[in-house]
Amino acid sequence: MAMPEQEPDVRKRNFLEVPTGYTMAMAQEEAARCLQCRKPGCVAGCPVSVDIPGFIGLISEGDMTGAIRNLWSKNALPAVCGRVCPQETQCEAKCIVGKKGDPVAIGNLERFCADYEREHGTGELPPVQPATGKKVAVIGAGPSGLTVAGDLITKGHDVTIFEAFHKAGGVLVYGIPEFRLPKAIVAQEVNFLERLGVKVQCNAVVGRTITLDELFEQGFDAIYVGVGAGLPRFMNIPGENLVGVLSANEYLTRANLMKAYEFPKVDTPIPRAKNVTVLGAGNVAMDAARTAMRLGADKVRIVYRRSRDEMPARIDEIHHAEEEGIEFFLLTNPTRYLGNEKGRLTGMTCLKMELGEPDDSGRRRPVPIEGSEFDLECDLCIVAVGSGANPLLTSDTPDMVLNKWGYVHADPRTGKTTKKGVWAGGDIVTGAATVILAMGAGRQAADSIHDYLTLGW
Amino acid sequence: MFKILKREEMAEGTVILNEIEAPLIARKAKPGQFVILRANETGERVPLTMADADTEKGTITIIYMVVGKATAVFRDLQVGQGYLDVIGPLGKPTHLENVGTVVCVGGGTGIAVLHPITRALKQKGNHVIGILGARTKELLILEDQMKTASNVLHICTDDGSYGVKGFVTDVLKKVLDSEKVQQVVAIGPVPMMKFVSKMTKEYEVPTLVSLNPIMVDGTGMCGGCRVSVGGQTKFACVDGPEFDGHQVDYDELMLRLQAYCDEEKECYEDYCVLRDAE
Repeated sequence: MAMPEQEPDVRKRNFLEVPTGYTMAMAQEEAARCLQCRKPGCVAGCPVSVDIPGFIGLISEGDMTGAIRNLWSKNALPAVCGRVCPQETQCEAKCIVGKKGDPVAIGNLERFCADYEREHGTGELPPVQPATGKKVAVIGAGPSGLTVAGDLITKGHDVTIFEAFHKAGGVLVYGIPEFRLPKAIVAQEVNFLERLGVKVQCNAVVGRTITLDELFEQGFDAIYVGVGAGLPRFMNIPGENLVGVLSANEYLTRANLMKAYEFPKVDTPIPRAKNVTVLGAGNVAMDAARTAMRLGADKVRIVYRRSRDEMPARIDEIHHAEEEGIEFFLLTNPTRYLGNEKGRLTGMTCLKMELGEPDDSGRRRPVPIEGSEFDLECDLCIVAVGSGANPLLTSDTPDMVLNKWGYVHADPRTGKTTKKGVWAGGDIVTGAATVILAMGAGRQAADSIHDYLTLGW
Repeated sequence: MFKILKREEMAEGTVILNEIEAPLIARKAKPGQFVILRANETGERVPLTMADADTEKGTITIIYMVVGKATAVFRDLQVGQGYLDVIGPLGKPTHLENVGTVVCVGGGTGIAVLHPITRALKQKGNHVIGILGARTKELLILEDQMKTASNVLHICTDDGSYGVKGFVTDVLKKVLDSEKVQQVVAIGPVPMMKFVSKMTKEYEVPTLVSLNPIMVDGTGMCGGCRVSVGGQTKFACVDGPEFDGHQVDYDELMLRLQAYCDEEKECYEDYCVLRDAE
């Protein structure tokens, strides 16, 4: 069952969450569609192996406390995952019901459970194992770090998270917009971990304020590095430093972490543009485009050099963007930015492209069409073409081996790095990926860290 | 909270010194590095290069000029109160070595940043010539400290109210004409750094400048602090904040510093109206 949503014309000018949530009756009706398979494909499709038939069964029975406890046993962040996981390519893609018609709306049900607990729950915490006396440092309070912290605290270890920003959540607070993931919900999930005993130390830039070796000297027995990718890529075309060209990281951090959409009630400003271009077609590009629309733009255009089929964003996000009036300039590639005498952006020159032979990624390579240049007017351009590895921590840790792109080399099954007692996972290992994949990496590393702390390997 | 232990108005209402309790940062801070400060929950993240750090006391010192809402909010903070967030040390420290004769040129609150670098250069055994400039006598800061930190100190003011009347470049030219100088360090308003660099380029003297562009996170994540250096884009937060003065595109930097001037004006005026009403 689809979740009710705010109407496109209304929501495109506010920052409230787009889907408004199930009622108990809707949730139970949807839960009843689950076949309770003996060998559930959905669980295999989940990077953190949530017991999907289990928690859905408990919703059917009306046992909401049981349902949330069941979720928590595998996933410390259900309110987040219910909202931002790409279920259509994971659990829901494997759902038998989906073979004929719509699959069970697993993501919606997960979200409902977490929201129900937040609004009506008993607040009763899941059980925690007796203290082991072992100390673990988690670097980065994003999805993978929070997962590691949640897993290890319940196993009885003493966990401290070190976060560079002034607020915990990583991409969940600086990247994903309020209308897709309300920040109060992220705060609640972090608070859940704190109630379990996790310590969160913000404003701690590991690599600058403190190093990994110093953490070991302070008595930490193991360290998990989940610092994210976080170095914005630009197009490297002329005019990129004009005022009005921003990385999606900057634009979204201003809007989300600094709440600049409330300016001047808050002190951090954000460009309020009428005519916005967003480069790229991933989820971050959709987030940036929809944020620009909500900040009052007349026109928001996505410019992407490949075709619709290659757009990396979730189908849902593309659909939401289209409903809100975002225009798509596909097979289009900017070649230079245009500016005025004040150094401000006024537009960009683009080339039309056509698809040629497949490239290394297996996708058909976009090839410029000669003589197809045209100018596009805009007073704000948000560059959302991916990110690279941030060297802040790694350059300070010479005995941790990196790959040629600067990402941390880690064992794909355990997350072990080449430095003793240090694990890594999430975007700093794989490059920019999804929240749930980072959480999956966190889960694997947490298991491996637990073995190391209890068995010694 | 990061408590303010000492507060001093170096120029009444406009140039403020804060010594802040931040033991973790103080332990690591080196000359040339900066911190990011946020006063309260609705506050902006403001990057400021440190004027000093005391490992034993566990404090850092910042000196700032009140130029907008964020710094006006800083000004309201009294001893015993503090900043909600202080993050650092960020950026690369100044490369310090004995090169012979060094001229340290400071303007405005840039002198605050220049002071620890000057002191360290003298400690390394350099012959240090200091040149300080200010619009007017009241705005000149750290004169005594800079006198101690350098072997020779020249002072000038735009209006002639103290020291020589004129710009730092006038004094610098005289020094460059009369002495063999191996290195210049210039820290102050962008136009000052631009004209100092233009002059030292003619004299072929390597010049270091410290930049303070707009930034959000200060850790390489937002890319807001992009500066063109030798035709290449650099992030001041992780590649700097110090760069080869001869390579920096100062005109671009000045335009980028104006990015939010309308918004800042609006925000500051609202704040002043509210404050006056109280």
